[in-house]
Amino acid sequence: MTETLVDDTATAALSTAPAPAPPSSRHRLRGLWRSLTSMRTALLLLSLLALAAVPGTLLPQRGLNPVKVDDFFTAHPKLGPFLDRLSLFDVFAAPWFAAIYLLLFASLVGCLVPRIRLHARALRRKPPAAPKRLERLAVNGTWEVAGDAEATIVRARDVLRQQRWRTELRDEGDGAWSVGAEKGYLRETGNLVFHVSLVVLLAGIALGGLFGYKGTVLVTDGGSFSDVPSSYDVFTPARLGSESALPPFTFTLRKFTASYQPSGEPKSFHAYVDYRSTPDAAPRPYDVTTNHPLSIAGTDVFLVGHGYAVRIQVRDKQGKLVYDKDTPFLPDDAMFASHGVVKVPAGLPHQLGFTGFFFPTYEPTPFGARSSYPGPDAPVLTLAAWQGDLGLTSGRPQSVYSLPVASLKNVGTKTLSPGQKWTLADGTTVTFAGLDQWATFQIAHDPGSTVVLVAAACIVGGLLSSLWVRRRRMWVRAVPSGDATGVRRTVVMAGGLARTDADGFATEFDSLLRRMKD
Amino acid sequence: MAGVNVSLAHASDVLFTWTVLCYAVAMFGYSVEFAFARIARSRGDQVAKAERIGRFAVGLTVAGWLLHIGSVATRGAAVDRVPWGNMYEFSTMVALVAVTVFLALLTRQPVRFLGAFVMTPVVLYLGLAGTVLYAPAAPLQPILNSYWIKIHVVAAITASGAFMVSGVITLLYLTRTWLDRRASLGPGTASVAEYNGLARWLPSADRLDRLAYKVIGFAFPVWTFAIIAGAIWAKYAWSRYWGWDPKETWSFITWVAYAAYLHARATAGWRGRRAAVLSLIGFGCLMVDYYVVNTVISGLHSYAGVS
Repeated sequence: MTETLVDDTATAALSTAPAPAPPSSRHRLRGLWRSLTSMRTALLLLSLLALAAVPGTLLPQRGLNPVKVDDFFTAHPKLGPFLDRLSLFDVFAAPWFAAIYLLLFASLVGCLVPRIRLHARALRRKPPAAPKRLERLAVNGTWEVAGDAEATIVRARDVLRQQRWRTELRDEGDGAWSVGAEKGYLRETGNLVFHVSLVVLLAGIALGGLFGYKGTVLVTDGGSFSDVPSSYDVFTPARLGSESALPPFTFTLRKFTASYQPSGEPKSFHAYVDYRSTPDAAPRPYDVTTNHPLSIAGTDVFLVGHGYAVRIQVRDKQGKLVYDKDTPFLPDDAMFASHGVVKVPAGLPHQLGFTGFFFPTYEPTPFGARSSYPGPDAPVLTLAAWQGDLGLTSGRPQSVYSLPVASLKNVGTKTLSPGQKWTLADGTTVTFAGLDQWATFQIAHDPGSTVVLVAAACIVGGLLSSLWVRRRRMWVRAVPSGDATGVRRTVVMAGGLARTDADGFATEFDSLLRRMKD
Repeated sequence: MAGVNVSLAHASDVLFTWTVLCYAVAMFGYSVEFAFARIARSRGDQVAKAERIGRFAVGLTVAGWLLHIGSVATRGAAVDRVPWGNMYEFSTMVALVAVTVFLALLTRQPVRFLGAFVMTPVVLYLGLAGTVLYAPAAPLQPILNSYWIKIHVVAAITASGAFMVSGVITLLYLTRTWLDRRASLGPGTASVAEYNGLARWLPSADRLDRLAYKVIGFAFPVWTFAIIAGAIWAKYAWSRYWGWDPKETWSFITWVAYAAYLHARATAGWRGRRAAVLSLIGFGCLMVDYYVVNTVISGLHSYAGVS
């Protein structure tokens, strides 16, 4: 990384590389050696980085899919723990992965600092003096004009300046003048901007990792959410910074809707919410949908999942309503066949629980029921009722999606359509009172994302100018020639050198010469 | 199917078939010119005849290119969306870009020698797209329904088409340097005749190297932009700009491989053949990114539409 990205025709003597002047051969050798080794190191580390990322795509990763990692452990009980010790299920958080990219960035910074200094010096330095014999350069031209040398050279310089070349006029004595010109500094500038932006990008990512937080929450139609850690189903707090810093917004899910193709492929999702950015603010409506998150106070609310919630009513023998709630059922397949658990801990002589399956479009098959379409065209709920101690008072944390059926007594199963009633043996009645939908929201705050975005834009800009700008030098010399008829004449010689990618330079050179001759 | 204009979808398929046919004949034409020119040149005659066939192949390529555009446009019109929503459509677009890059190069430089070598992978690629990857016209999945599909996917397609052309040139470069090395073993070795035949016809190694670099110099920033645009889209769609999803990771690996190529090209001892190999590795990663990741590794980018 201590050289320009491309360096085609590096002729050491005429090099445009910013080199400390005056360059002794020992200095140059040492500089060369250093750049050689660090470039090699960078190459090696780049290759290692690419290689190290590969297992992260071949093995299941905890950050992406923890369930698959567990499956891998079950399938390979010996290999799993061994690979785990090498962090191969968390490749992108592994110490060895971090070691590679941190080394790479250390080497990058080590190269960048002296290079920025050199480039800053090169930017201030005047274009070099013309070599003695311009006709030796790859592109050159000689012509003769009427007029004196100084006026001719000023004219040549003005042509170069018009084309935004950096120029320096020199009096060479004996009436001879020369102009040295250089262009394409933007190549190295772009190169440096690109590499510096990489460092800034990494800093932005780190910023997000340290001060960002995220969480997910499931909200049923009509339900609300307020942004405090306890409201989340899953919450990953910021590694640095306090939890009380969460912006105090709230939102209510008015209605979730989904539409599907006839094949069952999803067509659109909409979560219509009313949100308040502060507790006192007036509620405002918003349609959260795929690719269209809701942004409140630097925090984004994304729609990430959905499913059905089943409304169950339970009445005791006397007909008194003891339970009336929506229960989210979790989808098991693309057609939204779902499972769930309902718990009725109070109001009845015995605690009552249900395990159930829900099919939005019910279709009986010889192998059991299934759902044939994700929309609620023929919703059916099958319930199994269980009596006994639900274990809610044991003090042990318990999932709302599971029931300790081993210690409970089964008191019947039933298939219900919406509105249908089921009377248990003890006179308790269970009603499938209706259907709602739920949506899961991911709520994320990443304070580094703006830094990352700006760095990314600079990366592209820097890359473009470092790859497409060509660096070139040009010299013009005007020497008074003999004048027999009393008219002053001047011989003009010009020579050019393209340091990077000579393609097209000859054309540019010719057009410049044409303008100078005009 | 709902939301699909069946007759336009059919027209697109017919145009696609004609496109492949034109390209295949053009490929044959370029190959004939190549073989013919070798024989003709060694005898010192009939070069003009070979060149006529070459020009005819260029004409056919342009005709195929127009049909190709027609096929893509009708496909888009049939489903009323951008015509790059699944792997069939994506591969078709990549091939279109590869042909466009070749034709664009042809207007600026005498690169007809590339014809057979660009058209061969293009025809194979389209053959693969039309058979294995083919997906009937259908509307987009909701997650893809964003204007970022225009920005991110167009950039990815453009970069891939250009990388494909650079890959072909790099292979020719490696062939040329291999021939040069064998020839430099001295006269009398068995390879001299072969060298005279093939190498005289190929441009110099230096020119091929610069040509490949030029194309990568175009493709690499576009690829960088495609990754960044993808990250911005991911921020809207999946709530984070980067998550090491397999597709993201392989795009990153591809990027690093080409970055290594660019650095190698500026490093003494790595310039030339080693750098060329790095760029081919980059292209291999790109292929993994598209085909292995979409079909074998499951991730968030599962839009292949291949059953």
